Formats: sequence, C-alpha cells, structure tokens
Amino acid sequence: MSLTLPDIERIAHLARLEFNAEQQTRLLGQLNGFFDIVDQMQAVNTEGITPLAHPTEVMGEVALRLRPDVVSEPDQREANQRSAPAVERGLFLVPKVIE
Amino acid sequence: MSTSLHDQSLSELSAALRAKQVSAVDVAQHFLARAQADTSGAFLDINADATLAQARAADAHLAAGTGGCLTGVPIAHKDIFVTRDFPTTAGSQMLKGYQSPFDATIVQRMGVDGAGMVTLGKLNCDEFAMGSANENSAYGPVSNPWDRSRVPGGSSGGSAAAVAARLVPASTGTDTGGSIRQPASFCGITGIKPTYGRASRYGMIAYASSLDQGGPMARSAEDCALLLSAMCGPDLDRDSTSLDVPAENFSASLAQPIRGLRIGIPKEFFGEGLAPDVRSAIDAALQALQDQGAQLVPISLPRTELAIPVYYIIAPAEASSNLSRFDGVKFGHRAKDHGDLLDMYKKSRSEGFGEEVKRRIMTGAYVLSHGYYDAYYLQAQKIRRMIANDFQQAFAQCDVIAGPVAPTVAWALGRQGVDPLADYLADIFTLPASLAGLPGMSVPVGFGEGGMPVGLQLIGNYLKEAQLLNVAHQYQLATDFHQSKPQGL
Repeated sequence: MSLTLPDIERIAHLARLEFNAEQQTRLLGQLNGFFDIVDQMQAVNTEGITPLAHPTEVMGEVALRLRPDVVSEPDQREANQRSAPAVERGLFLVPKVIE
Repeated sequence: MSTSLHDQSLSELSAALRAKQVSAVDVAQHFLARAQADTSGAFLDINADATLAQARAADAHLAAGTGGCLTGVPIAHKDIFVTRDFPTTAGSQMLKGYQSPFDATIVQRMGVDGAGMVTLGKLNCDEFAMGSANENSAYGPVSNPWDRSRVPGGSSGGSAAAVAARLVPASTGTDTGGSIRQPASFCGITGIKPTYGRASRYGMIAYASSLDQGGPMARSAEDCALLLSAMCGPDLDRDSTSLDVPAENFSASLAQPIRGLRIGIPKEFFGEGLAPDVRSAIDAALQALQDQGAQLVPISLPRTELAIPVYYIIAPAEASSNLSRFDGVKFGHRAKDHGDLLDMYKKSRSEGFGEEVKRRIMTGAYVLSHGYYDAYYLQAQKIRRMIANDFQQAFAQCDVIAGPVAPTVAWALGRQGVDPLADYLADIFTLPASLAGLPGMSVPVGFGEGGMPVGLQLIGNYLKEAQLLNVAHQYQLATDFHQSKPQGL
C-alpha cells in the first residue's frame, strides 16, 4: 500500500505543517520508501502479544506514581514568558479567534 | 605540570584540583580558550562569564574542603538539556535564542549545586536529537576530529567531537536510538547510555519519551563511571518515569577481574551488512577480552532487523505528539506573516522545523491516525515487547552482550539528504537495546578504513551499568585505544 499526494496533504494538516508542491512530491517518495521497510512488520505473528508502551514495564515497574496535589513551585510567570513571541500584561497573544 | 591540562584524564584533573596544583578558574580558562578557538562546529554557545563564575564557586568549595571528586572539572552539555546560564536550541531554528527559566536535573546534578562541575558551554546536535550524523542541526554540521571531512555521528555529535578533540574532558549526551553510543564510536571516545529511567529526563527536550535517556561521554570507562555516579538517582517528583532506584557508586567494581564473564555474541550483529574493517577491530577486541578470561557465548537476537521499522514507527509517533507543543505561542519561533490562528500554527511550525524533523512528525502523525494505528503503531509496540523478551532469553545464557556499535566507521560529510533511509538502516545495532530500555555503551577498540575509530558496543541487563563499566575498564587497562588522539592535537 502506497501513500498518495492527497494523503500527504491530509497528514500535513493533522500535523499542522504545510509543504509546497515540490516538497510534497519529495516527501511522498521518501515516506513510501520508508514504508517499504515497514512492510516486513506485517509478516510478524503478534497474536497474544501485549503491546509494550514503555520499557519500565519489563522491569516490573508499572504503577504511575502520584504526588500530593500541593504547590511546589513559586510563581515564575515572567521567567516562563520571557521566550514567548508575543505577550501583553502577562497573557500570551494569538491572532483573533472570535470576530 | 608535565602533561597539558587538556590531555589529562578526568581523574588526573580531579586530583590536581584537589591537591590545589591548579585552580578551577585556571582549568576553566584553559578549556575556554580551546573551545573559543575551535572551528569544528562542536560548540553552539559559550558564555565565559557564567563559566568563570561557576569556576570561582568550585574553587571556594575546594578551598573549604567541601569539594567532591568532580568539583571544578569542566563539562559541556548537549544543547538538548535546558540551562539557565546558556540559551538552549535543541539544534533547531524553532528554539533560536530560547532562554530556559530552569536547569535540567542532569545539569543541576553535575553543576555547582551538585557534583561541582563547571559548565563550559552547549554542544551541537541534530535537531531535536533526530539524526545519526549531526547534519540535521540548524546551526551547521560538526566535523570529526579524526578526519575533518567526515561526520562525528549523531545525534550527540558535538558532545563526542568536543571530547575527542580535547575541548572538554566530559560531556552529556542523550540516546534515543543510539545517539550516545554511535557518535562515541565514530569519535573514538567512551560513552554510556544507562538503563531507561536511571537518569532524570526532566529538562531534556523530549523527542521520544519512552526511549530518550541521557548519559555521560568521556575518554574512558573510569571517567564515565565517576560521571554516571553523579548523574543517576531518583527524580520522582519531576520525572514520572524516573526509576526509584538509589544512586550507585559505579567506580566501586571497576577493578574486578572479568575471568569467567560470559559475553553473548549475537549472530545477527555479524552478518553481511557489517563492514570488514569494523569486523576485524571487533574480533580483535573480543579476543582481548577472552585473553582476560572471558568466554564468548553464541546467542541470537532474531528480531534485530525488525528493530529498524519498529523504532522508526514508535519514535516518530512519540515525536509528533511531543513536538506539538511548538505552536508559536508560548515559546519558540512565530512566523512573521500569517493569517488566522491555524495558519499561524502551520507557518510557524513549517518555518521553525527542519526537513528531517518534519519528516518524522509526518510519519508519526500518519501511524497514529485513524485507520492506521493498529497496523503500524500497535503492531510496532507488540514487536517491541518481543524484542525486549529476546534480550531476556539471551541474558539467561550470558552476562553481557557484545558487538559492533555501527556497521561502518564515520562516513563523509554531505551524504545527508540524499537518502534519509540509509541513515536509518545504519542504526541497526543500537536500536534493539534502546527499544528494550537496556543500558549500552561504546568503547573504542581500534581503527578501520581511513584510520577512523571503531567502537565496541556492550549491552547489559537492566541496572547492570556497573558491570558494563567494569568490562570496559578491564579492557582499557589492557589496551590503549582510548588514549590515542587525533593527529594535530
């Protein structure tokens, strides 16, 4: 099964990326080349195998830790917003969403 | 002093500092001068004022007798670790000039408030740690000190090149699919990726969260043991996947003889794809280990080849999710010309990310999308378990596993972009241990084509870092490959 240009466009939208026509064509070739080697995965019989999302599971540690729901950090809004592209009065600015 | 500062091992430097034969400020100035004069592209940022302030703090500790064995020794961090004193870019235009409000746990643990090391600067790497040659950095490539026309490996290419060129005695790297081991191998240095979860991921800019693991890179196993001892240990409140396993003194068992050690040799690591020059260096290293009393046990890791598609499904899937945070709002690049919010997201991300990063985000978004999740992502996770199980079966017959780190020595700069798939395939020997979350290291064991270094990969069972370092140290006691240095240094 091969990807097509409309697939590339659809995935790019999902990923919030955009590509020009030439980039799309190149990407299509590269992704299809990659999925050729992915096909060998489909021949593997994985019946009854539980997916492994995380290597710690193999070591026997599975429970996600919880910590007390308490304030652990001081207010650092200014420091945290120092690298933001657009900030006004402590708020992140984005293009108008509601007309 | 007979040996110049940059030629001393980390242990020698440490002894000189504690005996007050040299001050931390002197050491910092010496290495700063070397780093500033360097033209290899290894350093992305140097801040002499910050470095010297840290060195003065180290000297105060040394004067008060409160210094440890690493106090005052310089270290440089891969630019994937966030730092307060230096900008952090992850090798991406997306984060150009980004100033982190905090230090990564590893940076903190190695630094003045922890082990007392002095940060020399930030090191070049592939963008968001995605690459095997350091050519995906938005800030230019890094040249290999053994041959300036070749790559240093990646993604921790700057970390490996800086140590090999003796610009810094130690560095940090991160390893998602081989990014500590492969550049260490290409640059002839020693590097170890500990068990997944042993050193905190807090403040390590995320690529693939179930695989990313930081670790030290230095010239010898002895040096790596000192560094790793300071780096590991629980960080339970800040990293949800941090292992609740106490810190360990990895230097304690270095001196143990390796007589009787069973070394598993996976036949899949010695097939057709392995270049003959690499093979002969590896064979000689295995012979040297046998001469020390180790025995070789033939084993099989039957799904080695499958590790490539499995990794290149899982890692991009996690990356596409992790990198969704770069939206041009809270930090990072924002496109100048844009329309509505959606258009701003798309333009900012498309301008800020490089080609390989976008390719992996696309792959990840696709395999996680409706209708493809089961066939690709879930199937990859199932095979991931089979790969992890294969290792456990192998470890029933042996103590450690050994083989090549990479099929070839470092290749020429400029191959990049011609065929991204070729780089993926070259990761074959490092990916399996990454998927299983096992500790692995690279030890310099000789030279191949063009006089380029070859690294032996050692893979241990979970939490067996001390054993890997022990084997590597015993090998380094009997050989001097880890002491050879590139010409002209």
